[in-house]
Amino acid sequence: MARDVQLLTKGFSPGKALGLFAKAHPEAGGIASFVGKVRPDSDVKVLELIHYDRLTLPGMERLADEVEGRWQLDGLLIHHRTGHMRPGAPIVLVAAAARHRRDAFEAVDFAMDHLKSRSWFWKREKRGDGWHWIEPREKDHEDVKRWDV
Amino acid sequence: MAVTVIFIGKLADLAGEGERELPAPLDWAGLMAALDPDLAIAAKSQRTMVAVNGEVLADKESLAAKDGDEIALLPPVSGG
Repeated sequence: MARDVQLLTKGFSPGKALGLFAKAHPEAGGIASFVGKVRPDSDVKVLELIHYDRLTLPGMERLADEVEGRWQLDGLLIHHRTGHMRPGAPIVLVAAAARHRRDAFEAVDFAMDHLKSRSWFWKREKRGDGWHWIEPREKDHEDVKRWDV
Repeated sequence: MAVTVIFIGKLADLAGEGERELPAPLDWAGLMAALDPDLAIAAKSQRTMVAVNGEVLADKESLAAKDGDEIALLPPVSGG
């Protein structure tokens, strides 16, 4: 299976990455993808994602191992930003190419739930009154528990 | 003969720096004694994890860092 896991320090185009991924997997019966963006909320001016070299990308690779072990895929792509982002900017792109759609949908859903709650990223937001660290959301933990069987 | 201690996120704010060198070897008691009280309290929190050279310790109090090791103090992740 072809895998493309990257930690990106600069802005990227999910559309372009997805186009290349589709081209690389002409054999797939379908491709499911998810793009996560900085929510254009209230007064958030900048979102900063912080990573730790020794854990973050190795953790994403381990997540890809797990996804490959659970679903029958032709290809898997995980691109995740780190650094400063503006509202509306893409943070993450996950795509799975598979013979059958159910594998592709579930693989992307699983990868996103794990990225949202168990990946090695720390986040802070710059609002009108300065920087605020973001705590994990309870909902994100509940979402990922769906897969713990 | 030094150990590098990396502070991440909120802990870097508390430390006022992203990393610090401490003399090797270094165990948990030694690390706690070397940190400012506020930082030591945060490091002791159950939610703070510790990694040595990219391996997360199951029990951070078992820390035994040698010359050249990199210790990271990891606050709870916020997710991607």
